[in-house]
Amino acid sequence: MLSPRALILRAPGTNCDHETAHAFERAGAIARRVHVRALTKKPALADDFQILCIPGGFSYGDDIASGRIFALELKSRLSDALTKFRDRGGLILGICNGFQVLLQTGLLLADPVTGASRASLAHNTSGMFIDRWVQLRAVPGRCVFLQGMDRFELPVAHGEGRFVTRSPEDFAAFDAAGQLVLRYGIDATGSSCNPNGALGDVAGACDETGRILGLMPHPERFIDAVQYPAWNGRIAPAAAGAGLPIFANAVKAVS
Amino acid sequence: MLWEVDVHLRDAAGDHAARALVAGAAELGLAGCTRAKVATGWLIEGDLSRADVERLAAAVLTDPVTEISVVAEAGDAALLAPATTSAKQGDAASLPTVLHVLPRAGVTDPAAETAQEACGLLGLRPTAVRSVRKYWLPALDKDQTDRLAWKLLASEAIHDVVIGPLPLRTLAGGRPWTFAQETVRLAGLDDAALDRLSRDRCLALSATELHAVRDHFQSLGREPLEIELETIAQTWSEHCCHKTLGSPIDHVGPAGAVRYDNLLKETVFAATREVRAQLGARDWCVSVFRDNSGVVRFDGDHDICVKVETHNHPSAIEPYGGAATGLGGVIRDVLGTGLGAKPIANLDVFCVGRPDTPVADLPPGVIHPRRLLAGVVAGVRDYGNRMGIPTIAGAVAFDPGYIGNPLVFCGTVGIMPRNSAEASVQAGDLVVVAGGRTGRDGIHGATFSSVELSSDSESQSGGSVQIGHAIHEKMLADFVLEASRQRLFHAITDCGAGGLSSAVGEMAATLGAEVDLDCVPLKYDGLSATEAWISEAQERMVLAVAPGDWDKLARVAADEGVEATAIGTFTGQGKLVLRWEGRTAGELDCHFLHEGRPRRRLASRYVPPAVAPMAWTGTTDDSLSACLLDLLGAPDIASKEWIIRQYDHEVQGCSVVKPLLGPGEGPADGTVVRGVLGRDRGIVLGVGLRHRLGTLDPYQMAAGGIVEAIANAVATGADPARIALLDNFCWGDCRREESLGTLVEACRACYDMAIAFAAPFVSGKDSLNNVFAWTDAEGTHHERSIPPTLLATAMGQVEDIHRVVTPDLKHAGNRLAIVGLSRGDLAGSQLELVGRVRGGRVPEVDAAACRQVFESVAAAQRAGLVAACHDCSDGGLAVAVAEMAIAGGSAARIELANVPLHSTGSAANGSAHHSDLTISFTETPGRFVCEVPAAAADQFAAHMNQVPQSDAEHVPWAWIGEVIAGDEMEIVSTTGTIAAVPVASLARAWRGGA
Repeated sequence: MLSPRALILRAPGTNCDHETAHAFERAGAIARRVHVRALTKKPALADDFQILCIPGGFSYGDDIASGRIFALELKSRLSDALTKFRDRGGLILGICNGFQVLLQTGLLLADPVTGASRASLAHNTSGMFIDRWVQLRAVPGRCVFLQGMDRFELPVAHGEGRFVTRSPEDFAAFDAAGQLVLRYGIDATGSSCNPNGALGDVAGACDETGRILGLMPHPERFIDAVQYPAWNGRIAPAAAGAGLPIFANAVKAVS
Repeated sequence: MLWEVDVHLRDAAGDHAARALVAGAAELGLAGCTRAKVATGWLIEGDLSRADVERLAAAVLTDPVTEISVVAEAGDAALLAPATTSAKQGDAASLPTVLHVLPRAGVTDPAAETAQEACGLLGLRPTAVRSVRKYWLPALDKDQTDRLAWKLLASEAIHDVVIGPLPLRTLAGGRPWTFAQETVRLAGLDDAALDRLSRDRCLALSATELHAVRDHFQSLGREPLEIELETIAQTWSEHCCHKTLGSPIDHVGPAGAVRYDNLLKETVFAATREVRAQLGARDWCVSVFRDNSGVVRFDGDHDICVKVETHNHPSAIEPYGGAATGLGGVIRDVLGTGLGAKPIANLDVFCVGRPDTPVADLPPGVIHPRRLLAGVVAGVRDYGNRMGIPTIAGAVAFDPGYIGNPLVFCGTVGIMPRNSAEASVQAGDLVVVAGGRTGRDGIHGATFSSVELSSDSESQSGGSVQIGHAIHEKMLADFVLEASRQRLFHAITDCGAGGLSSAVGEMAATLGAEVDLDCVPLKYDGLSATEAWISEAQERMVLAVAPGDWDKLARVAADEGVEATAIGTFTGQGKLVLRWEGRTAGELDCHFLHEGRPRRRLASRYVPPAVAPMAWTGTTDDSLSACLLDLLGAPDIASKEWIIRQYDHEVQGCSVVKPLLGPGEGPADGTVVRGVLGRDRGIVLGVGLRHRLGTLDPYQMAAGGIVEAIANAVATGADPARIALLDNFCWGDCRREESLGTLVEACRACYDMAIAFAAPFVSGKDSLNNVFAWTDAEGTHHERSIPPTLLATAMGQVEDIHRVVTPDLKHAGNRLAIVGLSRGDLAGSQLELVGRVRGGRVPEVDAAACRQVFESVAAAQRAGLVAACHDCSDGGLAVAVAEMAIAGGSAARIELANVPLHSTGSAANGSAHHSDLTISFTETPGRFVCEVPAAAADQFAAHMNQVPQSDAEHVPWAWIGEVIAGDEMEIVSTTGTIAAVPVASLARAWRGGA
C-alpha cells in the first residue's frame, strides 16, 4: 500500500512548514511543502493528497490580524479546490496560524447557512506573545486526529490564540456538538494552563465530521523526547513525544 | 479620494492596548488618565467607492466576531467618536481627546503594505495605504497629552502625532528626481573647513582622509561629485572597515612597549592562524574573517556559520526599530555567507542602565532603561518570531554606564551544505538586487554609527533609523535558499550599512561594476541617485548572477513573491561606474576606494588603575542567606523569563536544550539546537560578558568573558576541542590614548585565550565611539563613555544531542563536586554590586588551569558520569547551586570547608564569616559544579584524579555536598549550618518576588 501524502501548504511568512513536514514523515506519510502560489496556479495539485495541513507561522506578517490574508486568498482563489478536497474525505489540519486561517476561511465553526465565522482567535489577554508548555485534555469524540488521546503536554507559541465565539449560544452549540475537542488543563500545582484567556479553555476544535481540526498548540514540536524542556535525565531520550500521535492518527485514518 | 477605516473592538474588556496605556500613564504620573480607548485606523487613497472601501473593511480589515469598523472620508466627524457596540454611554463626553500616531511619510509601514497587497485579492487597487493608531483619552492639558504621546505611544524618530482631527487629505508625495550632478569643492579648504564639511554632510571622514580624497581627485584633474564622496565615506566608515582596530598602533602597557602594524591582524587574526596551523590536517575552520560570517565544519555534509553584530546607536534612538533591524541585518549576514546559509538560531544580548534608574538622573533626550529594554525586546520578538528562527541564547547586563548608550548585540547561526562556503563574482555577472524596495530609510546609518551620540541625536539622525519588515525578509530568505539550492548565483551579500554602495562596492572590489541607479526599484518617487545608492532600506540583498541563469533566478523570485531586478554588470574594468538614465552619475577607481584610505599610526597607553584595598562594608544584613537572596534578585542574575517567553525559542523544532529548563524552569548555561531535524549532531551556544570588570581591568574583562562563554558551552557537553569564538568589542572614545590602550589590552587577552584554549576566533565586529554627550541645564558639557565591553560568544558542537548535560539537579542522593580552584578576589563581583564588599583585586584567569578543568569535565561527561553541570559565574558557587536547585526543583547541601582554594589567594579574608561569604560568592572563572550519580562517584573521582602527564598534578576538585530530599538549600561551614533557605524562596527571589 502506498504511503498517504500530506500537502503542507505555505504562504509568505509561514515558518513551521519544515518541522510539520518532518512530523508527517515520522508518522509514515510522504509530505510535500507547496507554496499557495503554486497551488493557485494548479489547484489540481491537491488531488494527489489525502491530508492537507496549514502549518504555523505569521502568514503575510499577521500585521492586520493573524491568518486573515491567507484565509482571504484561500477563499477567493481556492475555495472550490478546498471544498472538493474536504468532500472527497481529505483530512485538514491547521496548527496555530493554520487554526486561525481555518476559522477565517469558514472551513471550521462557520455559520452553515451564511458561511460567516462564528468563532475567532483574538489577542492573548496578556497582550503579549508567549512561548510555554501547557497541559492539555482531549475529548476526541469523532475527531480523527485525537483518537486515543487524553492528557498530554505540548508547547504553545502565539500572540493571538484566545478562542472567542460570536455569542454564548454559539459556544454552547459547539460544546454540545462535541466540537471543542481540546482544552487547556491544569498543571501539577493545580493552576490553569490557559495561556491566553481562551473561552472555556479551548485549545482546539474540529468540524462536525471530525476530519478538520484546528489547534493552537504545536504537536510538531514534540515528536521526540529531547524536545521536552525537562527531558534531560528524566525521560528516555529516544522516546516519542506526545505530539506524534496526532500525525500518526491522521496517517492511519487515510491509509 | 482619501478614505479612513477605523477598526474597534466590540468588547472593551479585551482592549489590552488601552489597559497598557492607562498603566503607562500612571507610571508617568498622569493621574487623570484612568480610561482610554484604542483603535486601529487605515488611511486608504485611490479611486475607490464607499462600497469598495466597505467591502475592504469587512473582508480584510475587520474580524466579524470581535471587531466593528467605521468607514468615512478622511476628516469626517464620524471618525472622531469612540465607537463601540458595548458603548458605555458618555464615552464621547468622558474621552474627548482624540490622538493619532502614524508613521512619518517614507517610514516603512509593514501593516499598510500588507493591507495594500491584500486589496489585490478583492480586485481593488488603492494608490496608497497608511496605518494609524487612534487613542481616545480623558481631558488632559496640552503638556500632559504631549508627554503621554512622546513618552508612551510614539517615537520621534519615526512617528507623527496629531491631536484632534487628522488634517491629511492625500498620502501622495514625491515627484521623480531630475538628474543633477553636485560637485563638492575640497581644494583650498583648511583642516577646520574640511572637518566642518564632513560634519555638515554627516560623512564621518577625518581631515587626513579628506586630504587623500582631494589628492586623488586632483590627480584626475577634477573635484569629487557628491555621490563619489558619499561612496567613499560609506566605504571608509568605522562601521564598514576596522578603521581603529586595523590601525598601526604604538602601545605602552604593563608588559612594556609594543608596536603593532595592524592590531587586529596581529592579535585576534593571528591567534586563529596559529591555532589552525597547529591543527594542521585536523583544521576545522572553513572560512574565517572573510565573509559575512565565520564558517566551520559541522558534519559529513554540512558546514555551520555564525555572526554577531551590534546595532547600538539606532537602538538608542528607536529601540524597537533599532533592535529589529539589527537582528534583520545579522540574519542577512548568514543568508549572505558563501552561497547562502539557512539561519537556524538567534541570540541576543543587551546592555542597558539599571531598571531602577531615577528619571531625574537621565540626561536630556535619553530613553529610560526600562522602556528601552521593553522596546528592544519587542523588536527582537516581532522580527525573530516572524522569521521563524528560534531565539535561544542571550543575556542582559545592567550598568549605569550604558545609560544613553545601550548595547544591542544580535547573533545568528546558519547551516549550509559542504563546499558552498566559497563564492566569487565573475566578470560579466549581472548585479541583481532582490527583496524590499528602496526608500529614504536609514540614509547615513553607516557614518552615523561611527559618530558619537548626543542629546540631539534623536532629531538630527531620525533618517538613520530604519523599521524592519520581517515578512519581506522571510520571503527573501525563502527565495535565497531556493536559488542557492539550484546554484543560480555566483556570490551574494546583504545590503546593510552603506546600502548598495557598500554591498555592490564590496562585491566589485576587484572587478568593478557598472550600475544603473534609475533601475533600482523605489518605494516612492523623489529619491536622488545618491539616495538610492546609499539608502539602508532593509530586507535587500545583492547577487552576482550569470546572464544565462537570470531567467531561472527571476522565476524562483516570482514563485516566492520576491522582486529581483538586474541593475548592472560586474565588468572586470576595476571601475565603479554609476549611471542614471544612461548618463554617468559618478565614477570611482576601485583600487582607490578600497586601498586608498590613509592609515594613521595611533598611540595608546594603558596604566592599570591603583587597587583599592578590599573592605567589607558591614552596612547591610550580610548573613549568608540574605546575600544569596539579594544576589538571586540582582538584575544581571535574576530570571529573564519575561523576555525569554516572548521569544519563540522552539520554532524549527530543533531546540533541545532550551533557555529555561528542568521541572523548575531554571536557567540554562549553553543552549543547544540540532543542526538538522532528525539528526543527532548539535550546536551549542554560550555567551560571556564580564562588563563589570571593564573599567577595572580590560584584559581580565575580556579573558573572563571568553572563559565564561566557553564554560557555558562545555558545561552543556560541548567538545572543548571544537569551540569557535566570536568577538564583539564595544568601546568608548578610542580617539583618547587611554581608551585605545584598554582596547589593545582586550585584544591581547583575545590572542592569549584563543591560543590557550586552541579556540579560534572565526568572526567579529566592533562598535567604537560609544560616547554620549550632552549639555546640562547649567550649560556644562558632559560626555559619558560606556565601560569597555567585550561580548564573547562560543559556538561549540556536541556529537550526539542525546548526551548533553543540563544544570537542573536530578536525583536526591546524588553527589555534588566542584571542579577548579577558587580565589578570594571580589572586585567587580555581584557581591560588590549588592553592597557587601568593595575594592580588592579582580579575579584573574589562569588559562592553563581552566583548560585542564574544561577537559576533565568534558571527559567525565563523555564517560556518562555527570547528571547535571553548571558553571560558576555571576554570584559564584552559591548562586550556581541555587540555580541548579531551582531548575531541578530539588534540595541540596554544600559544605564550604571542602572547596579547594588557591594557596596565594586571600580566600580567608579576615573572619570566618567573611571567609564563608568569599567562598560562596567569589567569581573565579573556570569552575563547575557537577552532580554525580552516587553509584558513579568512585569512577568520577578516578577520572578527576588522572594526571595528564607524569609530572603534572590532577585537576583541583572536591566533593562539596549532595542532592538531598527535602525542600531547602543548606550551606554548611566549619561552624555548622549557616544557611538553610527553602528552594521555593530561592526561586521567588530569582523571579523577582524577593
